[in-house]
Amino acid sequence: MHILPISKEKSGMKKIIKTIKTIKIDPSKCTGCRACEMACSTFHAKPKYATINPASSRIRVFWDEENDVYVPILAGEYTQAECNSRYIVTINKREYGECSFCRSSCPSRDLFKEPGSGIALKCDVCGEPMPEGGPMCVQWCANGALTYAPERTEEMELPEEEEEPGVEEL
Amino acid sequence: MRYGETGFNLEVDLSQGKSEKAETDPSLTEIHLGGQGTADRILWDRVPGEVDPFSPDNLLIFSTGLLDGTPVPGANRTIVNTFSPMTNLHAHSVMGGFFGPELKYAGYDKIVIRGKAPDLVYLWINNDNVEIRDASHLKGKGCHETAEFIRKELKQDKVQVAAIGMAGENRVYTASIDSSCGSAARGPGPVMGDKRLKAIAVRGTKDIAVARPAELFEVCRRLNKELADNPKVGDWMATDEDDSFHHDNFAWGNARVRRRGFWSKELEERWRKLKYDHMDRQRGCYNCPKACHNVISWPGRKRFSYKCYGKDTYHMAAFQELDFSYDMLGVAQEYGVDSYSTPQVIAFALELLEAGILTDKDFPGMPADVRGRFFYLLEKIVRREGIGDILANGVYHAARQIGKGAEAYDHNTVKKFEQLPIKLKKLNPPYFLMIATGEKMSITQIEGSFPQDPLPTREQREEFVNNWIACPDDKFKKWFLEWEKREVLPMEASCAITDWNEAMHYIDDSIGLCGFVSAFRGQFGGRTAYHVWNIPQLIALATGMDFDKEKLWKAFQRNRNLVRALNVRRGMRRKDEVPPADHWAVRDHEYEQKLLDAYYRFKGWNKDGIPSKETLDGLGMDYIRKEFEQKGILAS
Repeated sequence: MHILPISKEKSGMKKIIKTIKTIKIDPSKCTGCRACEMACSTFHAKPKYATINPASSRIRVFWDEENDVYVPILAGEYTQAECNSRYIVTINKREYGECSFCRSSCPSRDLFKEPGSGIALKCDVCGEPMPEGGPMCVQWCANGALTYAPERTEEMELPEEEEEPGVEEL
Repeated sequence: MRYGETGFNLEVDLSQGKSEKAETDPSLTEIHLGGQGTADRILWDRVPGEVDPFSPDNLLIFSTGLLDGTPVPGANRTIVNTFSPMTNLHAHSVMGGFFGPELKYAGYDKIVIRGKAPDLVYLWINNDNVEIRDASHLKGKGCHETAEFIRKELKQDKVQVAAIGMAGENRVYTASIDSSCGSAARGPGPVMGDKRLKAIAVRGTKDIAVARPAELFEVCRRLNKELADNPKVGDWMATDEDDSFHHDNFAWGNARVRRRGFWSKELEERWRKLKYDHMDRQRGCYNCPKACHNVISWPGRKRFSYKCYGKDTYHMAAFQELDFSYDMLGVAQEYGVDSYSTPQVIAFALELLEAGILTDKDFPGMPADVRGRFFYLLEKIVRREGIGDILANGVYHAARQIGKGAEAYDHNTVKKFEQLPIKLKKLNPPYFLMIATGEKMSITQIEGSFPQDPLPTREQREEFVNNWIACPDDKFKKWFLEWEKREVLPMEASCAITDWNEAMHYIDDSIGLCGFVSAFRGQFGGRTAYHVWNIPQLIALATGMDFDKEKLWKAFQRNRNLVRALNVRRGMRRKDEVPPADHWAVRDHEYEQKLLDAYYRFKGWNKDGIPSKETLDGLGMDYIRKEFEQKGILAS
């Protein structure tokens, strides 16, 4: 997300324009090949491309081959605590628990954390500038399960104190 | 620092209940690459020729390909090697899916398994933590059912599992090892069962490093797009519904009957509807843009996936239609049996019944209809019950156990292994050589680089060779341009063509590439994804080893001669290199033997098919030469 402060109209609030980058996911087109995980992990390796490790990818294919369910999930925000609310998703008559399709890096599970260090991982839509040809996972997805939607901007108000550090990090 | 590979094998002793992580010698990668190449070196070093396949001293080796887990698209094969109880020879077995890359991410290039567990166990590899766990509760469970159970038990949904079904547990010779959409056939299933190893579960979260990262990634990114856009790679049968090739040309039943004109547009439309009415999706293997596997939900059966000719074998053996294969595949895959050999064994048994060599008494309670009979016999075979105990040993052994003339009905095996049911009129000389001398046991694992048939006009042939990027040498273009009749090719060409066909498979099986993006695709011309011109670069970028076409070819020759040496050490000779008598209707024994002589010379083998002193020394394999001289296999 790219954020430009535009004005300060009332005390304590700041109006900003956010650039929204969206990766669209169509699970019905996913072949379960996990090339997206490979490409993401090596793009974000340090040094870049030096290593490959799908377990450190910021996109993970939720993968249940017995029930034929494949859902790519992009890592979202880190959350400091497990959720209190609960939900269950039923697909092809099988129930999936509340964490199955969650984007968060969370203390209650290993997903979206750097193996070893446990550092939270978050999709940066490949950062700034975006790689030529689009986000890496989209580039490697040959079957159209991942597509990149045109960027759009959104105006929003934020309290001054919430501006940093989280927002700047994006 | 090792690049492209981990530099470690996991050594497991099931008799002792122990495992250890063992560092490997990097110089072996340089000369054998990885995968089957380095696995066969271990078999040579550690399994003497006298060891019975069911001895605890036989090894069962699961290998990753050298490029598995790197960004190279389509490099995901798991290669399984051992000695097969069916053939008593080297077992070559490969499967796609996800197991190989996951194993590499766990920090291992191979799992080398020796000994036998006292009771049924499974192996749980979680990076450096390795456990041998009780599997008594998994006894009798299906291959994919087992995977599901293990994932739940370990509370690990990202674990990859390779498992045997009931067939493997009961040491059925045609048993397979299955993992995800992959299936490893031709020998290792019964050995895994004999070792009382129900499954291997693996989870890996470690980095794999590559030598020249940015360059490798850029080449692979381009390749991934090329593969995706190129209809000439991947399994075209996943989307081309015209399967007249197999149905009109291959033999039905016990490899007997050709049904020319069986295929029709009406049938094609009916089967297309049947497929799409029951297909959930098309799946791919790890890091491959192609979607070769059709996932089918069939009423009352477990969901299954298939690719290629695998959908035809059951209904063609039973003279039925596609719905019968769909009905049977979900059951057969859970039992874990090879869909090439198993239908032939069943059709063979029913032919013996018809001939009166077997009688109704041998089939108590068998239904009258052919569909019911196939299911009945599958159940008997996987349980080794009654006649099934004999049929479970495959056509060759069953024929001899049954006797009373049953031997004559074993008409389609080579080296005791069921071949594809192909019966043709005139000899195609390279196919004679491939079927006679191949040690991967199935023609699908040997053919693929040079076209199966000539093109009708000079113009078509010229167009073909002009775009033939996989071609390693212009001599192949010349031979193809001049090739007009299937049965007429210069001997030198037949030898070199067989050699090239083999080369690509041996390379794939060492680096982990799928034949559908590599070895099997050169024959269709055009822009094949992988070939001798770009594979050396990929190996160099991934591993840091300098590689070129010549060095790659040398590695193939070394690995090819290693398999031959393993089999020669176990007694294989020229007498065993005999295609089925009825494979071609028109035969010329004298010519065929001259062809075989020429091929042995081309390969640097003596008249009995044994690699010569010069060949072995030239490939740096004097350790084999010394043992052969010691044992009198070669004159010293």
